[in-house]
Amino acid sequence: MSLPARISLLVVAFIGVVAVGAFVVLHYFSYSPAVEDYATGVTPDTGATVHVVMQEDPQNTVSTHPDWVSYFIQNPQTKAWVHTTLFQVPAGSRIDMTIYGFDGCTPLRNPIWGQVTGTIGDVEYVNGKPYHQINSWSGCNVGHTFSIPGINLNVPMATPGLIESAKPGLCGTSPCQPGDPKAVPYRIMTFSFNSPHATGVYFWQCRVPCGGGFLTGFGGPMQTIGFMTGNMDVVS
Amino acid sequence: MAAEAPAQAGPAEPNHGIRIFIPWLILAVVADVLIWVVWGPHLPPGDMSSSASNQQFDIKVMAVMAAPVMLFVLVYFGYALIVWHHREGDDEDGPPIHGNTRVQATWITVSSVIVLALFVFGTVELVTTNGAGAGEGASPIWKPPGNTVQVQVIAQQWKFTYRYPQFGGFETTDLVLPVGEWVEFHVTSIDVIHSFWAYQLGVKADANPGVDNIAYTKINNAGTITVRCAELCGLWHGAMFDYGQAVSLSSFHSWATSTEVRLAAVTKLLPPYALTYDPTVVAQMGKGMVAAGLTGGAGLYYPPTDPESP
Repeated sequence: MSLPARISLLVVAFIGVVAVGAFVVLHYFSYSPAVEDYATGVTPDTGATVHVVMQEDPQNTVSTHPDWVSYFIQNPQTKAWVHTTLFQVPAGSRIDMTIYGFDGCTPLRNPIWGQVTGTIGDVEYVNGKPYHQINSWSGCNVGHTFSIPGINLNVPMATPGLIESAKPGLCGTSPCQPGDPKAVPYRIMTFSFNSPHATGVYFWQCRVPCGGGFLTGFGGPMQTIGFMTGNMDVVS
Repeated sequence: MAAEAPAQAGPAEPNHGIRIFIPWLILAVVADVLIWVVWGPHLPPGDMSSSASNQQFDIKVMAVMAAPVMLFVLVYFGYALIVWHHREGDDEDGPPIHGNTRVQATWITVSSVIVLALFVFGTVELVTTNGAGAGEGASPIWKPPGNTVQVQVIAQQWKFTYRYPQFGGFETTDLVLPVGEWVEFHVTSIDVIHSFWAYQLGVKADANPGVDNIAYTKINNAGTITVRCAELCGLWHGAMFDYGQAVSLSSFHSWATSTEVRLAAVTKLLPPYALTYDPTVVAQMGKGMVAAGLTGGAGLYYPPTDPESP
């Protein structure tokens, strides 16, 4: 092989290796789910009300991990469900949350997380009925939690009962669509909390180890942003 | 035949030992005084508890012992550079050295004394401080005298919770401790391995599932306690921290009794107080759950025998 040919081959091989490396880095390390913006157009630190809507599904059929449980967030403008766990809220505001719970029950590992904390009145409403705590060991009634440790927020996510969900089965296609609860059983959780005045990123997580198939249930979706944990970005 | 002329005697060698020893001694004394008096009171982790103040004392003692050793190396190094460096036109070999019994004996003796002294010192400091704030496992060898305030530390991804068995076994995310009392930490985990590190208390104890790791400390002063997980435990390990409070004994009793009442409802949901917890087996699991084949908390679903790769 001539010298120019060898040089050309080496250059092409080098560029190929760099391209593969860049692809791996960009694909696996730089991937970030979308951020749903609930802050734009709201004046921070005025106590204005923002309505954030989410859902948790027993699976997701929109990612490369279809068997992982996952949260979805509704886009505030288009109302479309987005597979992400990142959202932005204005500082010093009242956040009204609505979470549709489509997943089935999983008893809490530590039942202390059945207590509602950090919401206004330390209360959540499940299908309109107020709860200050839920005993996940007494019945099939808790699937996940929505917890923001930085503001001591913890809200257990109620689930359709075993009998209720036995026949129709749980929602099988994500994002699930709230509709006839007899066709696809679900619960509606509503609660409110005040976003902090201090801007910054507040991570949130589920406290039920719902990473099925992973050691202690805390792998997979529990450790991956975009599934069962994410960030609430408080901006001003 | 003329006799061979004797080698010309060079200039008398100065007493290098004295020339090294005197500046070293002065520097060592100054350094040790500075370490003990100026730097020592500010060394971590402070003096909020018996463990912390003992650790600070230990660090001071070790620094005072280490400084002269380090200074001797530096002084010798500097002296050698100045006095014994190669000079222009001097191509002679140095005198052959076949060892120096006095130097070797001094070296070995001093090293042995320092190491043995530190060994004895470390052992005594571990015993007299009731474990020095480290976890002693489920059967502590060293225990403080008298009564203790028991606090169970339950680690879980990614939060510490605290149970107070002497106050009805309530569980809370708040760590509150009384000044002037011995505290008996029972550290455990209900998922992966963590480590309970109460920085200002000088307490750092591993939190392992199924293990009751006991650590003692006596609170000296009121103040804020920074608690961190010191064992990489997952995605939000870096956010697994909180702040506790050391308060007066009366304030502690007031807080504990009021919290016991305030959390009475949620305390009923908790498993009976135990030194460790196995969330895969829950005696209080509801009949409906058992009928559906569920006998434990979330750990039941995902046993360690069922891992998968992401």
